[in-house]
Amino acid sequence: MNIFDILGPIMVGPSSSHTAGAVKIGNISLKLLQEKPVRADIILHGSFATTGSGHGTDRALIAGLLGMQPDDMRIPDSFQLAKREGLEFTFTNKTLKNAHPNTAVLSLTGETGHTIEVQAASIGGGRVEIHKLDGVDAFFSAEKPTLIIYNLDRRGSVSDVASVLSLNHINIANMHLYRAKKGGFAVMVIEMDQEISQYAVQLLEGLDGIQKVVYLNME
Amino acid sequence: MAFEALQEIVFACEQTKKAFWQVIMEDDMTEREVSRDGSMAQMKYTWDAMLQSASGYDRSLKSKSGLVGGDGAKMEDYYKEKGSESLCGEYVDRVIAGALQMGESNACMKRIVAAPTAGACGVLPAVLVPYYTTRGCGEGKILEALYTAAGIGQIIATRASISGAAGGCQAEIGSASAMAAGALVHLQGGNAQQIIQAAGMALKNLLGLVCDPVAGLVEVPCVKRNVIGAVNALSSADMAMAGITSRIPPDQVIDAMREIGERMDPAFRETAQGGLAGTAAGMEIAGRILSRFI
Repeated sequence: MNIFDILGPIMVGPSSSHTAGAVKIGNISLKLLQEKPVRADIILHGSFATTGSGHGTDRALIAGLLGMQPDDMRIPDSFQLAKREGLEFTFTNKTLKNAHPNTAVLSLTGETGHTIEVQAASIGGGRVEIHKLDGVDAFFSAEKPTLIIYNLDRRGSVSDVASVLSLNHINIANMHLYRAKKGGFAVMVIEMDQEISQYAVQLLEGLDGIQKVVYLNME
Repeated sequence: MAFEALQEIVFACEQTKKAFWQVIMEDDMTEREVSRDGSMAQMKYTWDAMLQSASGYDRSLKSKSGLVGGDGAKMEDYYKEKGSESLCGEYVDRVIAGALQMGESNACMKRIVAAPTAGACGVLPAVLVPYYTTRGCGEGKILEALYTAAGIGQIIATRASISGAAGGCQAEIGSASAMAAGALVHLQGGNAQQIIQAAGMALKNLLGLVCDPVAGLVEVPCVKRNVIGAVNALSSADMAMAGITSRIPPDQVIDAMREIGERMDPAFRETAQGGLAGTAAGMEIAGRILSRFI
């Protein structure tokens, strides 16, 4: 924690968890979709459902999906801006099992038809955690440069990825593997100490059995 | 941060013959690996954002729930009309108006600086902006006061908490008030020991304050609690400047705040179940808001 975590963040009110954190969740989801969203169906759970409207959580999530940062003064007007940008959206309140009280699930469709489902929680002070991707557990904060690699669950994938990173002088801070079922679809989440080049991302995409590589660098 | 206690910062000041704010600024330079200019530029950016949100107050705004808005305007009209006739006098009335206005701006989705939280964002600007505009102190001095405040806030966050969900309102408004009290002592020419005494007294006076927001929104009682945080900072700073000290060392006051927060019933920690939120009126408002939103 540095002094600008105490005197800051500079943000649109009223709540660091319900407003600033929600913008961040929208923002990370936008990066994960990797293209302009045209449709967003959003589930709000727990305190996000009961106090979200009064805290502008709904407008904050849409603002994040439009690429705004937590201090963007246009956040209160995000619904109108979404209309102009061609983003359709719905909100549903629903109680989820075993979810953090400030949780949102965003089902997104992009302009070329890509889809993604992101379950994320706002854990306080504007900090957020992603908890699921497309229904599979995947736990990360996006505070460090992060790689999300969708792959087929098979032998060798991890070592292939690790060698590409090592050859590109990337130090892995954290690495976690998640899978829907044995031999099925799996997600590798790798948090790194350094940023990674576009070239290294392309190398990863070219590896056998890798379906999709998403590089998140929220800085 | 290199320090775990306010007293450690005071020792560092005495050993190096530096002011409290300088020690904190140098710690920031080490922590974030930035130059003096880099650190100062970020602090100036933060101050400019505070000034902008203070001057951007819109007296016609109401929060979406309709609970909050317009009180800051009423207070401003009052001090302009009454001047020195009011009980607190024009200067304190300006501070009160500033705290209300910033709290309302936050509730109405305007841009604010969380200090240390969004719910407590009114306290620090409420005392600093009138000081800056009416007492003719330069911007440099205000930036020093902000470093002072940030150092106090960091120690509180490290030893206890600055989150209402973890420690109740004492952790939000109490911390903001301690930070503001220390900042004011610096502006008034007090030394490092007086700075931490003011912070300790300010926090002490708000120990036990629960977080009981009606309908779970950062509106009632949060906006007006910013006023007590700001006014308490003024009185604590004046006490410290008069040479009054906290009989309990400031770091132990922070530890007491932590203990109280840990033992505080969850109903009083931002869950909107107890206290003002749990009153008949509070529940009625919550029911009305919920039925409108869902």
